[in-house]
Amino acid sequence: MTHDPGYNFAYLDESTKRMIRRAILKAVAIPGHQVPFGSREMPLPYGWGTGGIQVTAAVLGPADVLKVIDQGSDDTTNAVSIRAFFRRTAGIATTESTEAATIIQTRHRIPERKLREDQILVYQVPIPEPLGRLEPRIAETRRMHAMADYGLMHVKLYEDIARHGHIATSYSYPVMVNGRYLMSPSPIPAFDNPKMDQMPALQLFGAGREKRIYAVPPYTSVKSLDFDDHPFRPIRAPHVCELCGSGDTYLDEVLTDDVGGRIFVCSDTDFCSERQAMKEAAE
Amino acid sequence: MSTNAPGASGTIFSGASGTTFPGASGTTFPGFADPVLDAQAGFRAVLQAMSRPGQVQRVPLLPELPPGLSAAAAAVLLTLVDAETRIRLAAGPEAEAWVRFHCGAPQVAAGAAQFVLDPAAGLLALDPGTEEEPERGATLILDVTALEEGAGWRLTGPGIRESHRLKVTGAPAGFLADWATNRARTPCGVDVILCAGDAIAALPRSVAIEEG
Repeated sequence: MTHDPGYNFAYLDESTKRMIRRAILKAVAIPGHQVPFGSREMPLPYGWGTGGIQVTAAVLGPADVLKVIDQGSDDTTNAVSIRAFFRRTAGIATTESTEAATIIQTRHRIPERKLREDQILVYQVPIPEPLGRLEPRIAETRRMHAMADYGLMHVKLYEDIARHGHIATSYSYPVMVNGRYLMSPSPIPAFDNPKMDQMPALQLFGAGREKRIYAVPPYTSVKSLDFDDHPFRPIRAPHVCELCGSGDTYLDEVLTDDVGGRIFVCSDTDFCSERQAMKEAAE
Repeated sequence: MSTNAPGASGTIFSGASGTTFPGASGTTFPGFADPVLDAQAGFRAVLQAMSRPGQVQRVPLLPELPPGLSAAAAAVLLTLVDAETRIRLAAGPEAEAWVRFHCGAPQVAAGAAQFVLDPAAGLLALDPGTEEEPERGATLILDVTALEEGAGWRLTGPGIRESHRLKVTGAPAGFLADWATNRARTPCGVDVILCAGDAIAALPRSVAIEEG
């Protein structure tokens, strides 16, 4: 396949790519630390994955196979548009299969299938600063990261327990990376947090509006914050998938009519259709 | 304008009256055959090396190398260095002219550089960044004789499952002692890209090295 000759390969100009690449390398060398970068204006609005797209564009090569998911789904507007964007500007192959992909750009989910060493997971990040809701001053949060002063976050989780009896954070659940930096995993469900720990694939995070890149290298410790007497528990809806029967994946609740009918189905569409195909083949 | 013909030791730029601008010596040595895709392949090699410390990667080859640079060091420079990066380079006049032409990076003292390729520059003399901005820590491009996996140093840390062995032939004297000091100051510190021929292996500041 060839790319649209009106654009440089993968849209960005070469000096922008070099700048992003330098930021990515430092992010990998300092796991969990947010590295500022000169985020460019992209042909889509902030909040639609401008950070993830810039990271993908800087990493992507002609031999890569790109998968893009939005909340686990391959067929939502955001995922379809970003795949089309890179097919046009980079001429690369795209896929909906987690297994076939070499780069997976994601909004708010980690695929159910275990990722491999030869894959890179690129997260779209709206709010990179995990302390932002507790301390709005960037100068102050930067200081807190420098000092590894994360008591405030523990107090927040403690207040959750005091108020609700349990830690009432179900997404964007803060993690400690390599025992040093507090990091926002992006708004993935807390259910996905354990998948980040010791993952064989490289994980890159891009926040376009906030102009930050951070990373978790492969085989790196990623621990969800908790307390000895209130250990972290990944939460999922206590149901099985209506379509594939899976009892251990993350589920979406889908309304089916206006009289209270509802079903639960896998949020990871590729994983779910693979399981459905396997079930059909077995029957 | 035959006087403007570029030559390895001649000048590319000259004034109307034939006067040459100081420091405008040119180079006839080329950059990447494909500046876009070779730089991408070079970056993926460095990214792979940095995220899996000690794994040896191959960089894309240049059509012709300027004297004084290894294939790996030249590819790393073309991939990462440009007019926006401060560099300290000590690899001979031809290599310096080549970098000036293809990368356009301003030369500074070793302690102020973001990228350093200078055999005389000690690991601990480079910029380690600050507690608030550890990403300002320099990257040292270090030419060694040979890189070989499966023997030698025992590396542990982020990016490594249990441990990884890397045999480095020709590392500077006292490197491991300096490295222990460098690692002790993480998240500040210097990251190293080891180069031998067309092979690279990286040592991000977080990696621990034991003599094997």
